[in-house]
Amino acid sequence: MIAIIDYNAGNLKSVERALRKLGFSCSITHTRKEILLSERIIFPGVGAAGRAINDLRNIGLDKVLEETFEAGKPILGICLGSQIVLDKSEENNTQCLGLIAGEVKKFPFPLTSGEGERLKIPHMGWNSVQVARKHPVLEGVKSSDEFYFVHSYYPKPSSDQFVIGTTDYGLEFSSVIGHKNLVAMQFHPEKSGIPGLRILKNFCTWDGKPFTTVY
Amino acid sequence: MVNLSPRFISMLSKRIIPCLDVRDGKTTKGIKFRENVDIGDPVDMARFYYEEGADEIVFYDITASSDRRDIMIDVVRRVAEEIFIPFSVGGGIRTVEDMRNVLLAGAEKVSVNTEAVKNPEIISEGARAFGSQCIVLGMDVKKVSPSSRVPSGYEMVIHGGRTYTGIDALVWAKEAESLGAGEICLNSIDTDGTQKGYELKLNSLISENVDIPVIASGGAGSIVHLYDAFTKGKADAALIASIVHYGTYTIREIKEDLHARGVKVRKTWD
Repeated sequence: MIAIIDYNAGNLKSVERALRKLGFSCSITHTRKEILLSERIIFPGVGAAGRAINDLRNIGLDKVLEETFEAGKPILGICLGSQIVLDKSEENNTQCLGLIAGEVKKFPFPLTSGEGERLKIPHMGWNSVQVARKHPVLEGVKSSDEFYFVHSYYPKPSSDQFVIGTTDYGLEFSSVIGHKNLVAMQFHPEKSGIPGLRILKNFCTWDGKPFTTVY
Repeated sequence: MVNLSPRFISMLSKRIIPCLDVRDGKTTKGIKFRENVDIGDPVDMARFYYEEGADEIVFYDITASSDRRDIMIDVVRRVAEEIFIPFSVGGGIRTVEDMRNVLLAGAEKVSVNTEAVKNPEIISEGARAFGSQCIVLGMDVKKVSPSSRVPSGYEMVIHGGRTYTGIDALVWAKEAESLGAGEICLNSIDTDGTQKGYELKLNSLISENVDIPVIASGGAGSIVHLYDAFTKGKADAALIASIVHYGTYTIREIKEDLHARGVKVRKTWD
């Protein structure tokens, strides 16, 4: 059973529908017991970081997430869920979960492309992801594949070792980050057509171990 | 190896969005394929366009009677089980509760048009409840002589174009943005249905003066029209209807052509 964490942060049903389509059983839940018993966890979210982290703390799920992270259970963060796993966010000046070292930054304004074109904020629409580090969850993703983004803030991990994929939008930001059994993406795999479904499927069969890097 | 790929005008892909008008749970225009298959079911049509590479889908509910709204909610629910790209629903959204029903049924976004002009708070209330990314402002606009009331020469019209409001389209676009609209779907009543091209001046005027994305709507009859909307019209996305419903082009043909012209589109082929 896959637990989709419910903390009043947006439409969780689209994640649920995508998993069902792929043939995985899942449950939208906010109960500690069900989350601890689950085999893996999806941590979605839309909206503002400040409110999200407050709601999470109020129902005690911040501790549950930390516990499951320590226990080695595979965790997938989506959109806002990829931001609040970092230490802090510029949005509402929020202290976050700190499962990955780093912070969440707002896109600078004004923002322009390399060719001088004015770029709008939020970054809304389809963009590609360049794989920076091989990861089982991105297995089969091609450089031409695109994913659906909607956000005004972006994850900025403190070290390259946490960067799995990057995306260009006026600047290059980390669109997929990860550490141990946690992987998190700024885009919405559940709304990104076939390549997005592939990532969800990869996550649902992942053992929680990144590829061992040989130095 | 020689790099033959064209120089792209933007890193973010320009979105191609088919629009389906739905009445009492059926699309008003079916797809007429070259093979002469005619589909009038919104769920089947949505799946077809999803598989063809549409970046998003817009449903516009033109069901006259409000007690039949549940039919549309059922359509939204069934579409959400089949397609895994964003889609929006407009038409007949009058309250935050209407928005909630559509979003809970699985739509990514809702659009408000006439109701937002009459009651602008619905934009801010919707944005507060669900986030700006969910709230699309639909604008129906007619070209008029510039006046003190309508200095841009583009006036907001409602009730499908029958009623002039005296509101300047540019002023309204900026106000809606400040109220929390996340995107604008900009429809020109003058070009709508003509297949003679989008209203490019209106489009660039609005797009250059707001920071939220603008979807060009009304008048697509050829791929050049889409190209013009993205370049001269500064649109972030383009709404299409007849050009694909009547089988003039497939979405893939449109995207391949735009790609060859140097417009960055999401390639769903290799």
